[in-house]
Amino acid sequence: MSDPITLRHSPLEEAHIACGARMVEFGGWSMPVQYSGIIDEHKAVRSASGMFDISHMGEVTVSGPGALAWLESLLTNRVGKLALTRGQYSLMLDEGGGVIDDLILYRSGEQEYFLVINAACRDIDLSWMRSRLPSDGFVVLNDLGDAYAAIALQGPDSERILRTLAPGCEVPKRNGIASLPGFEGEVPSLVARTGYTGEDGFELFVPVARGAALWNALLAAGVKPCGLGCRDTLRLEMGYPLNGSDLSRERTPLEAGLGKFVSLDDPEKPAFTGRPVLEAQRAKGLPSQLTPLKLTVQGPPLRSHYAVLSEGAMVGETCSGALSPSLGEGIAVAYLPVALSTPGTLLEIEVRGRRYAAIVAELPFYKKPAA
Amino acid sequence: MNVPADLRYAKTHEWIRLDGDTITVGITDHAQAELTDIVYAEPPKVGAEVKAGATAAVVESVKAASDIYSPLSGTVTEVNSELSGNPALLNTDPFGQGWIYKMKAPDSSEIDALLTPEAYTAQIS
Repeated sequence: MSDPITLRHSPLEEAHIACGARMVEFGGWSMPVQYSGIIDEHKAVRSASGMFDISHMGEVTVSGPGALAWLESLLTNRVGKLALTRGQYSLMLDEGGGVIDDLILYRSGEQEYFLVINAACRDIDLSWMRSRLPSDGFVVLNDLGDAYAAIALQGPDSERILRTLAPGCEVPKRNGIASLPGFEGEVPSLVARTGYTGEDGFELFVPVARGAALWNALLAAGVKPCGLGCRDTLRLEMGYPLNGSDLSRERTPLEAGLGKFVSLDDPEKPAFTGRPVLEAQRAKGLPSQLTPLKLTVQGPPLRSHYAVLSEGAMVGETCSGALSPSLGEGIAVAYLPVALSTPGTLLEIEVRGRRYAAIVAELPFYKKPAA
Repeated sequence: MNVPADLRYAKTHEWIRLDGDTITVGITDHAQAELTDIVYAEPPKVGAEVKAGATAAVVESVKAASDIYSPLSGTVTEVNSELSGNPALLNTDPFGQGWIYKMKAPDSSEIDALLTPEAYTAQIS
């Protein structure tokens, strides 16, 4: 793990300590894992509202007359289909088709894009992008990771809270981005309607000096502070992948089940890094498929690196796992041979030498009850 | 933190209670607070031979699995069957209904080697 001396600290760390956070190391950062308790926080996000410090994530702007064409060459999803203020999930691949990072990009201006990248990948992503910048000066890359504090407001009450917090705010539609009034500073304050929980919600980006003010305003509005612990259980219930656990340079987005974010069939999508490997995989058949699994018996919480067995033989291992707080069931995802990835397939998962019956499930694990 | 005066403690945050020749084993209030929401407990099997300092049980929070070490060597005579349906008893009543197993331990010198409540309080403060 990282040397504690080099551990990076969120601009909201004091606010976390004041809220009773338990801090842990994550992706080179000191971050809150929980405050009141993972289950309590998880349920608050599903039923009301919760907030997560996401200041460790990176923000990058890419602008200039060459921005669109350059991003098309780096990313799997067709950037050209984005109207102004709209965003999309996308992946940045290496030449072997492996995932360097998954990210969200918004078209924040005619020729400007706002990218949100993973904390642990900030340095890798930036050096990958910088080394591929065209020399003509038509693309300008700006790392704003240290200029922004960011908070994800998630849960069914999010819109009401945002409207109270920032009266007059133009509330964006899903996957859209807008200005966030009331938190002006060195960089533009932004609100994007997205998240990592399966609930309605927003990611709020404000100048680093305004971060604590935003956190405290949300706290005063009754939003529950939530840590990385429930961020993980919430995202896994939806089947959203976590880079480093479910995504890696060893697997392609097709194997990860993210084909709908790869514009292979879009005639307007230009060539991009990794594309030939994906096309070859699709022609030949995928070597593996990220597969959702559920225990069919009561058992221990599932975690990463547990063996998955079919008819007594090991066929893979879990990448992510949890005891789903919403469902009360053990859930996990694992890369398995495609023949074993069909929903209903019976398998076993081994925990500390004992095997527990499991079944291939369908995503999302958690479906919101009809209102 | 609650550290009952009538118990003895292991450095690894387990407690024992002596009742005749039967010894009850559990985890301390400090341990449950550190572990947070306990969602699963795997006690040893009745009849299992456990060794002082070796893993005897596992408890899991949402975030992590933790080994529970037997404070003493001996034979498991009973396990708390309530824990499988209600592992949260480990959080809510660690010195009472959240006990994990009972055992017989022939070597009383191992008991003398455990921490007194005062020594354990000093360790966690």
